Amino acid sequence: MKILVCVTSVPDTTTKITFTDNNTKLNKAGVTFITGPYDDYALARAVELKEKAGGTVTVLNVGGADAEPVIRKCLAIGADEAIRVNAEPTDAYFVAEQIAAVAKDASYDLILMGRESIDYNGGQVHGIVAELLGLPSISPVMVLNVDGNTAKITREIEGGKEEIEAKLPLVLGCQEPIAEWKIPNMRGIMTARTKPLKVVEPVADEQLTAVSRYELPAPRGTVKMIPANEAEKLIQLLHTEAKVI
Amino acid sequence: MSVLIFVELDEGKLKKSSQEAIFYGAKVAEMTGTTATAIAVGQADESELATAGRFGATKVLHARDTRLNEPNGMAYATVVAAAAQQEGSTVVVLAKSSLADAMTARLAGKLKAGLAANVIELPDLGNGFVVKSSIYTGKAFAYNELKAGIKILAIKKNTITPEETDTTAPVDSFSPALNDSDFVISVKSTEKATGDILLPEADLVVSAGRGMKGPENWGLVEDLAQALHAATACSKPVSDLDWRPHHEHVGQTGIKISPNLYIACGISGAIQHLAGVNSSKVIVVINKDADAPFFKSADYGIVGDVFEVLPRLTAAVKAL
Ligand SMILES: Cc1cc2nc3c(=O)[nH]c(=O)nc-3n(C[C@H](O)[C@H](O)[C@H](O)COP(=O)(O)OP(=O)(O)OC[C@H]3O[C@@H](n4cnc5c(N)ncnc54)[C@H](O)[C@@H]3O)c2cc1C
Ligand SMILES: Nc1ncnc2c1ncn2[C@@H]1O[C@H](COP(=O)(O)O)[C@@H](O)[C@H]1O
Repeated sequence: MKILVCVTSVPDTTTKITFTDNNTKLNKAGVTFITGPYDDYALARAVELKEKAGGTVTVLNVGGADAEPVIRKCLAIGADEAIRVNAEPTDAYFVAEQIAAVAKDASYDLILMGRESIDYNGGQVHGIVAELLGLPSISPVMVLNVDGNTAKITREIEGGKEEIEAKLPLVLGCQEPIAEWKIPNMRGIMTARTKPLKVVEPVADEQLTAVSRYELPAPRGTVKMIPANEAEKLIQLLHTEAKVI
Repeated sequence: MSVLIFVELDEGKLKKSSQEAIFYGAKVAEMTGTTATAIAVGQADESELATAGRFGATKVLHARDTRLNEPNGMAYATVVAAAAQQEGSTVVVLAKSSLADAMTARLAGKLKAGLAANVIELPDLGNGFVVKSSIYTGKAFAYNELKAGIKILAIKKNTITPEETDTTAPVDSFSPALNDSDFVISVKSTEKATGDILLPEADLVVSAGRGMKGPENWGLVEDLAQALHAATACSKPVSDLDWRPHHEHVGQTGIKISPNLYIACGISGAIQHLAGVNSSKVIVVINKDADAPFFKSADYGIVGDVFEVLPRLTAAVKAL
């Protein structure tokens, strides 16, 4: 089985986000970059499927050279090779075009992504890639098993889930509990250094969206504390002051 | 030229988030000097669809091929793309939902559209077409300029408060060509809570964490939720431990919600939890530890034991 896993390089989930240059750029000072948590689920399941059924796992990132540590970590976790499309990933359609260009003639059985990135949180790239390649897309996938060329999938829906069967190839957006996050071991880290990481230039195309500036949310006012032995007061305040009930 | 709005029904009724989307779309239509057309796909009662007019739609298209009775993001995207072409729409609006999520991207692919997800305000047309959206899981906002000819806006809950009139809209049937390739996925079974308030749609949410000690104590949370007509939610460890179903888990790796009221019971307020709930209008925190980080992000707080506080709150709601 040939699996492509698309990963983002994003600020660690505990990062306090700030901006520079008049709120036009993310302030990267002191920020640790990680693989998107959902992408980690996709990668972990890809490695498990490979260990069970054989095949290869290719990791793909559309991003600058500063994403390479994150890509190397994916190789250490068990991917066999990596491709980086050398371009700033700001527009979902543009990113999807790059992924589709890599996947077009490579006949992957599965293209696994995270349910959504944790920077732009669009949850869109997998659907656009699937559309561009003429493949089905399913997200968010909680369980993925492959039997021959049929995938058996559990997908979360509002207030529940559904069981799905579909023929490969497929594009999937993954979330927990599809697999446990994997941590690289020493051997993985050593072998990752020699695994191939190919850098390719983007297929030229225009960006359909551009961020003109960023903004931080206004801080919440100070918290109003209510003594536990007067808990009923809270309900009064929600009714008369906040007017939400 | 009209603004096209995709609408959904839940248990036969126009979803609240769809009402918001129609009202939002009608406002954009007003700003751009055109009209708003709603499109519904699959089984739906026409008199219910006509109520789209109350929120500003001047026309409703209804695609009701029997193959569309089951929600199917791929086929629905094909239908909505065809409607956008028929109507010459340059703006398509959807309210974020699990079905809409499956459609928006495919639509963007089909229409080569500029796409903004998690939109939280009306567009600014002063300088191009700029929309404000929530990014970094609610930790920041971006102003996105949509440069493509066609623009797709997926709006978050509570982006706009709809005003209602008593106008209804005519419903026309719409029968575009369907692609067989959109029907290759077979859904074997569906498990869905019925009668419950859907968490992403809920105005009021009562949520609880590991402070509840175990699933057997959730009755306290459900009692308050029931009294308030609120949905229930939980923190990640709670769904990891199988105390509650996964679709209730909110946060960085769960659902992101923006209700009017979020009541957090026995939740510490880790940054990954806050990420999913910080765009709630009013946040209440109940925690026995006065130093719990969640109090810093709350509007109202009670330092106390959930086992004592929750029953008192439930009784107070019932007495309102
Ligand atoms: C990449 C990543 C993603 C994550 N995504 C999410 C996510 O999406 N959602 C999420 O929730 N978490 C997420 N987490 C986990 C998060 O970091 C926290 O571990 C989690 O939110 C803690 O859950 P909790 O508050 O229920 O439990 P705890 O942190 O154990 O807090 C329990 C709280 O209950 C209070 N308490 C105990 N007993 C009582 C009582 N009797 N009365 C009142 N209060 C009481 C305690 O004082 C404490 O504050 C993520 C973590 C990582 C690393
Ligand atoms: N720059 C990128 N490079 C590789 N994969 C990406 C990139 N951006 C998004 N993806 C994939 O698409 C998924 C959804 O991203 P998004 O649509 O941005 O929420 C992510 O979880 C990744 O798997």
